[in-house]
Amino acid sequence: MPVLKILTYPDERLRQVSAPVERFDERLLERIADLEETRLDGPAAVGIAAPQVGWFERVVIVDVSGRKNTPNHGRLVLVNPEIVDWEGYVVGREGCLSVPDYTGNVIRAERIRLQAQDPDGRHREFDMEGFEARAVQHELDHLDGLLFLDRLVSRRRDLFRRKTYR
Amino acid sequence: MSDWFMVTLAGKDRPGIVAQVTGALYEAGCNLGETSMMRLGGNFGVLLMAQTDKGAAELEAALRPVADELGLSLHLEPVDPQLHRHPEPDVCITVHGADRAGIVAQVTRAAADAGLNILDLESDIGGTEDEPVYVLHIEGTAAGGVDALRQALEPLQAGGIKVEVRPIDTLIG
Ligand SMILES: [Zn+2]
Repeated sequence: MPVLKILTYPDERLRQVSAPVERFDERLLERIADLEETRLDGPAAVGIAAPQVGWFERVVIVDVSGRKNTPNHGRLVLVNPEIVDWEGYVVGREGCLSVPDYTGNVIRAERIRLQAQDPDGRHREFDMEGFEARAVQHELDHLDGLLFLDRLVSRRRDLFRRKTYR
Repeated sequence: MSDWFMVTLAGKDRPGIVAQVTGALYEAGCNLGETSMMRLGGNFGVLLMAQTDKGAAELEAALRPVADELGLSLHLEPVDPQLHRHPEPDVCITVHGADRAGIVAQVTRAAADAGLNILDLESDIGGTEDEPVYVLHIEGTAAGGVDALRQALEPLQAGGIKVEVRPIDTLIG
């Protein structure tokens, strides 16, 4: 299994919208394995999206289970994921495998409800919060050609803002 | 040979400072590195990294007329750029309370002793002239850990200020 090359900003390919996965076959599983190997090869990434390795289908991997005190669902391979509900928002610091040597503050929903398929095509639903919810939102942005750079808020001011509820 | 300089300009705030300073650098063929520019009280401060192939004298010649026209002090310092090597902050400290002499010195002394390396600091005074409110925000790396830092800063709260130490959990994805 090869470690794949990560596309880095400003590569225009990171800007394209990825297509839904239609075939749940052996080839899909192989590509997911390569994606995971690539994630683990880099610097402590808690997620990776298929378009970051030039695979323009709606697949992401998220795994925050290695962090202490972090609610999580283990290692998640999410195919055709979709956020169907959001609640609250919170500012946090993000970086990206595709944007080396820069991190910035981004506002994300604090809690989300997520629908996705697993690698075998079964439909799943998750309620998630905090760091895991943030990771999912970061990765799903990649599927729509968005980077955290598109959502930056001031580094200096916005960390003062605490959790806010509607 | 590319030479990098740390350029500082400071003086009374007025419209157009940033545009004129960066315009002069651009026209002189200089590149900008990281910069920080802000209004402090009624004043404006510029701290920027500039790269030139033509040496300090040419850089100074490009900036001196603009600085003089805008009434800004100007200082150039040759530096080793060290770009693309950001240390990641892992802790942020906010302090607020009634304005009090020595608050920054006390907080940063205690934090340094507990292993903090400051990457970014800003302090501000809000409230009114009669009742000023002091706000300090620091980001840095806690070599001795976030908990040790929190313990070191907690006693300072006895003086009526609020100190909050929070980890910065940077998500990479
Ligand atoms: Zn990313």
